[in-house]
Amino acid sequence: FRRKRKWGRGAVPAPFLAGAARSPARPRGAAAGPVPLAAGAGPSPSMAFPGRRDAPDGPDFTVLKRLARDQLIYLLEQLPGKKDLFIEADLMSPLDRIANVSILKQHDVDKLYKVENKPIVSTSDQLCFLVRPRITNMKYVADIVNADKATGRSRKYKIIFSPQKFYTCELVLEEEGIYGDVTCDEWAFYLLPLDDDLLSMELPEFFRDYFLEGDQRWISTVARALQLLNSLFGPFTNTYGIGRCAKMVYEVWRELVEESEGDSQARRPEISHVFLMDRDVDYVTALCSQVVYEGLVDDTFRIKCGSVDFGPDVTSSDRSFKVLLNAQDKVFSEIRNEHFSNVFGFLSQKARNLQTQYDRRRGMDIKQIKNFVSQELKGLKQEHRLLSLHIGACESIMKKKTKQDFQELLKTEHSLLEGFDIRESTSYIEEHIDRQVSPSESLRLMCLLSVTENGLIPKDYRSLKTQYLQSYGPEHLLTFHNLKRIGLLMEQAPGETLTAVESKVSKLVTDRAAGKLTDAFNSLARKSNFRGISKKLGLIPRVDGEYNLKVPRDMAYVFSGAYVPLSCKIIEQVLERQGWLGLEEVVRLLNGNEFAPTEPVTEENPARETQRVILAVFLGGCTFSEISALRFLGKEKGYKFIFLTTAITSSARLMDAMLEAKV
Amino acid sequence: MSPLVCLLCCRKFELYSMAWNLKEDLRDCLVAAAPYGGPIALLKNNFRKEKSPGSRPLLEIYSASGVPLASVLWKSGQVVQLGWTASEDLLCIQEDGTVLIYNLFCEFKRHFSMGNEVLQNHVREAKVFHTEYGTGVAILTGAHRFSLATNIDDLKLRRMPEVPGLQKLPSCWAVLSQDRVTIVLLAVGQDLYLLDNTSCSVVTPPGISPHAGAYVQMAVSFNYCYLALFTDTGSIWMGTSSLKEKLGEFSCDFRAPPRQMVWCTRPRSKQRAVVAAWDRRLLVAGNSQECIQFVLDEDSYLVPELDGVRIFSRATHEFLHEIPEASEEIFKIASMAPGALLLEAQREYEKESQKADEYLREIKDQNLLSEAVRQCIEAAGYEHEPETQKSLLRAASFGKCFLDKFPPESFVRTCRDLRVLNAIRDYQIGIPLTFAQYKQLTIEVLLDRLVLRRLYPLAIRICEYLRLSEFQGVSRILAHWACYKVQQKDKSDEEVAHAINQKLGDTPGISYSEIAARAYDCGRTELAIKLLEYEPRSGEQVPLLLKMKKSQLALNKAIESGDTDLVYTVVLHLKNELNRGTFFMTLQKQPVALSLYRQFCKHQELETLKDLYNQDDDHQELGNFHVHSSYSSEKRIEGRVAALQNAVDEYYKAKNEFAAKATEDQIKLLRMQRRLQDDLDKPYVDYSLHDTVYGLILDGNHKRAEHLYRDFRVPDKRFWWLKIGALAEREDWEEMEKFSKSKKSPIGYLPFVEICMKHHNRHEARKYAARVTPEQRVKAHILVGELDQAADAAIEHKNETEMNLVLSKCTAATDSSVAEKINRAKAQSLKK
Repeated sequence: FRRKRKWGRGAVPAPFLAGAARSPARPRGAAAGPVPLAAGAGPSPSMAFPGRRDAPDGPDFTVLKRLARDQLIYLLEQLPGKKDLFIEADLMSPLDRIANVSILKQHDVDKLYKVENKPIVSTSDQLCFLVRPRITNMKYVADIVNADKATGRSRKYKIIFSPQKFYTCELVLEEEGIYGDVTCDEWAFYLLPLDDDLLSMELPEFFRDYFLEGDQRWISTVARALQLLNSLFGPFTNTYGIGRCAKMVYEVWRELVEESEGDSQARRPEISHVFLMDRDVDYVTALCSQVVYEGLVDDTFRIKCGSVDFGPDVTSSDRSFKVLLNAQDKVFSEIRNEHFSNVFGFLSQKARNLQTQYDRRRGMDIKQIKNFVSQELKGLKQEHRLLSLHIGACESIMKKKTKQDFQELLKTEHSLLEGFDIRESTSYIEEHIDRQVSPSESLRLMCLLSVTENGLIPKDYRSLKTQYLQSYGPEHLLTFHNLKRIGLLMEQAPGETLTAVESKVSKLVTDRAAGKLTDAFNSLARKSNFRGISKKLGLIPRVDGEYNLKVPRDMAYVFSGAYVPLSCKIIEQVLERQGWLGLEEVVRLLNGNEFAPTEPVTEENPARETQRVILAVFLGGCTFSEISALRFLGKEKGYKFIFLTTAITSSARLMDAMLEAKV
Repeated sequence: MSPLVCLLCCRKFELYSMAWNLKEDLRDCLVAAAPYGGPIALLKNNFRKEKSPGSRPLLEIYSASGVPLASVLWKSGQVVQLGWTASEDLLCIQEDGTVLIYNLFCEFKRHFSMGNEVLQNHVREAKVFHTEYGTGVAILTGAHRFSLATNIDDLKLRRMPEVPGLQKLPSCWAVLSQDRVTIVLLAVGQDLYLLDNTSCSVVTPPGISPHAGAYVQMAVSFNYCYLALFTDTGSIWMGTSSLKEKLGEFSCDFRAPPRQMVWCTRPRSKQRAVVAAWDRRLLVAGNSQECIQFVLDEDSYLVPELDGVRIFSRATHEFLHEIPEASEEIFKIASMAPGALLLEAQREYEKESQKADEYLREIKDQNLLSEAVRQCIEAAGYEHEPETQKSLLRAASFGKCFLDKFPPESFVRTCRDLRVLNAIRDYQIGIPLTFAQYKQLTIEVLLDRLVLRRLYPLAIRICEYLRLSEFQGVSRILAHWACYKVQQKDKSDEEVAHAINQKLGDTPGISYSEIAARAYDCGRTELAIKLLEYEPRSGEQVPLLLKMKKSQLALNKAIESGDTDLVYTVVLHLKNELNRGTFFMTLQKQPVALSLYRQFCKHQELETLKDLYNQDDDHQELGNFHVHSSYSSEKRIEGRVAALQNAVDEYYKAKNEFAAKATEDQIKLLRMQRRLQDDLDKPYVDYSLHDTVYGLILDGNHKRAEHLYRDFRVPDKRFWWLKIGALAEREDWEEMEKFSKSKKSPIGYLPFVEICMKHHNRHEARKYAARVTPEQRVKAHILVGELDQAADAAIEHKNETEMNLVLSKCTAATDSSVAEKINRAKAQSLKK
């Protein structure tokens, strides 16, 4: 009934133009079905927003860095004299963005060590540990202290927890018998500004802890981070959100606000709107391959704490370069949000411009040359260096992606998103597994299949798992268990209709008292209902003609025009409607837990800029694609989005978090 | 009542006529009155020896105005002395050395003992004193030894050294506090002894006449600065309590020791006077040889105060004090002081007489108007009668009109303070504080005292009137009220909780948990729980709930709070409190707590984790647990197999056949790998099935590989994929060709082409390119680099996409002919 789509057609050689090559006038059920909400509400995307407003500037977050640095220095000073500092590996990069080695040295830090599982060699009389509040770290410290005790050595020990201390940590110190030997402090370093508009808590474990293990300990941490922002840039007047975790964070945060009320003076807020969202509201977006430059760089090279290591294959030399990727990088800032197919063109244009600027040298007299060298050359050289790095990165990405038949992969993903050719996609995934292409990629595809289809049919569920175990080892039996618990990879219950699921879910809510929540919830409530939501919100744009990725017209461009990221669509809709009114059906399919201010505060003067600064909070991580999509939305509608995420995530990171691998 | 002005500049005025209708004489009772207008305690019938039930001693407490506050029948031992603490608790010092503490409603609070030795020797005399350390008690035992405790709230008994040669009780003694050291001064006949912590020394007051005689009474001033000694010759020696300076001496006609002797002083005043009372006579002696005598109609009791002496009897309650300078100036007969003139001016003004102007002019001419206003304001503060206060304040206000820049604060403050003072002096309340006492006491303490008297409404009105912050004012009082309210046993829990919430609402600074704690202390657990419901901070609820052993509820609250540290606190509390089974059961009902505890166990107590799963019959998790330990904790193959076998059993119990089968396969594989490892001397253990087979092929062990392939029912496709991959890596092209011909390839032949090209063997690749299906032919040709043939195939297929694909691979330099060919074909197809 459906014409098979053809991929890779057309003259453009790049293999990424899947969206561009989409068949025009695709016959779809949607044409006859209900009109997608987006078309009904708000200006239609094709109108290109005639009264487009400029997005306001966001607040300046450097104060967060300053606060963190000052507090760290204060804490170090609490242990006067020379000391050795042991830093947890996960905290090294964030720390590096806050305080460099020379600042630490200025405050009597003698040697720096990484916290790792081996005996320490420090000769200092004072040891300071900068760690996350994890039990393993406490044992690490306990081993050191107890070893010193055994040899009769006396030193001072101080543990600085970032961002906060947990009761369990103290408990373990007590059980290990060293509670009295160490002093504890908290470094309230909640938020690392990775970029002008991006704040990260750098807590990748949040995702697994909360969504898989049901461990809520980070909730209050997020609430405190929110309160920090509220006190610096708030007061937040309109808070929206969806998800169980979001709701809890919101409630704990409200309590914090009430406790501190009285000492906040009336200020003009720099941020007034907040949107909180759980990662499990939208797994689909996070599972898709990223094709926007920044996302692709992340998928390919893994951006870590805002910077990336470009290896020799990129730098075309024998060394690797660590490059900070943010708005300060003039080249990067122009291509980060672009679909990859545009990037090459842009870069070559840029290269030509650069050449012209260099060329101006010719025909200059001595004085002009002097001027040129002193004023422009450095900038040009810098730009040149960055340009060649990004070109190198692009080439490297191309090489890798074509090798793995990236195009086939995208085609499969898009079929899954649209819900066509499921059989074909399933065998594609199977082949993927059989050929051991990539453990996390295969897992990701399986999850995408499950989430979009509300579970795998039993036969596939079994066979894909068996194949996977044969390829990658039996310990993944536990990985599959995890994926099932979290709702990423499930088996379709035979004969279970949508309504049956729903009634179970609603029964669960009343069953709360019975306390069977966790298990039941994990297996049922996370039915993604993707198909229904997609239809309601019009996530698969109808295409007339080719989707122009150069001049995108909606957020779907971040996935080659094939799919509007669900998370971003929800935010767009709620902001537009100033609440959830009219989205009841979607909310129901998303398993509820939505909230909005009872009376949205709207300024009489809509020109007020801060009303249009929106803090988007992602609990469990957000992807660069989502960030790009919302940046695009902001530009279109005159919003400024600020992102607060527990960590930057990607499909690979999601999968890694679920792995029960051998140690 | 008009003030009585005397030469000594003392005046005495009535505070109250007593409301108590006392039948007994005061001398028949043990009496104690607290300073700062505090309550009066009477112990009646204390001295009767026969203890028939009808004449049991009766302890009564009255306000300073004689309004009864409470009474209780005394059932305890013989009381030697009563006294009040600084926080208005009543101390009853018994003969056996026990000190019982009652609040002012005769409710027993606690008791303590003054030492064991007292049990035999008995307390003969006792005194309660106040120092900067708090309230102290000093006793004199039957063995003529002194013991004292300087702070009853932090009891440290001090036994004073023995007084050499002391055979009988001293005639009089007093407790002195000097330079933060508490000492005892005692008189035996004509000798004075000073007892400090370590020694006993004889002292002589300077300037005392050698014929003064034996000391029979002594008095220490309120501030411990002055000492007065009365001798049996009727001489009163006055000096500093350090006994370094004599202030004066006075001889009176009485020889009998006065029943009571106290100082009447005022802070920052030069004048000092000693007041001595006999049965029917009161004598006020000052520096000079003059004295004032009053006749007492009945037994009276003297209460030294900061700035005077209160004197109460059965009928009246009076206050005797030195007239303050401001009052004296104004009220002195024919005074020409500015204040007096201003008062007069105002009176005339009210009469609409022009004399007002004359008086005013007189003050203004001397430029003393502001001084006059100041005097009037100050004097108003000293007055007890509201009418007098008013007229003075009116005068001040009148005078202020003619001044440009008189700061208004003092006037406003005095008005406010007087209003408060008048309110509490009312005889219903009965706290006759003077202005100076009030300032010394501070408003906070005054409010505390009102709260102690349960005068909550008045206290709140005062807070509101003085505009005290809610936190230290109203909400604190409401909290106290609530704490009192919970003790009302006649009301139901429901009612009390409701009443409290009604009144308190969410007043800032109110801690419902404190009130609940009080309710719990009174044994009203249910009420406490109800009250805790109103507590917004879960962190405050949980500890009390735990204390009340409401752990289940505490756990709920902790979970609600979202504070996981709190949850852990409760969980670990439960762990210690409950037996293991109940503990687990409780956790099962609380998923949030359970997951937290599991997280903890995963790191700290793996065995507990297993027990938890066992308890819950969670076979799935148990299976996972064993699988996990099969590769994390077990190192030997046998151990690992055993762990996996356990997992299999659990998985079957969990009806998870898939997992069970997979695990069984793993056991099989593990054993197999072990054998391979032994046979081939190469590591195989811990590889996946795929990798194992791959490794075998790579080493040329095709037989064994085939065996595994069949044994584990590896799908054909997979086997083909992996075999050609391994063969290519081995570069065993011969074997690959053999394999390709063994049967029809389930994956087609394009993968062969790809894999050969990957290993740069174009020659081999060509062989397979010829065998691929027609649909894949173009791709295969492109792969091996035969663009020409690819073009032919594409043209043959008449497939535009394929043609474009080939075209895109063409480079202008080398493949122009191919490109041309395709373009021609395309053009041709277009024509058609």
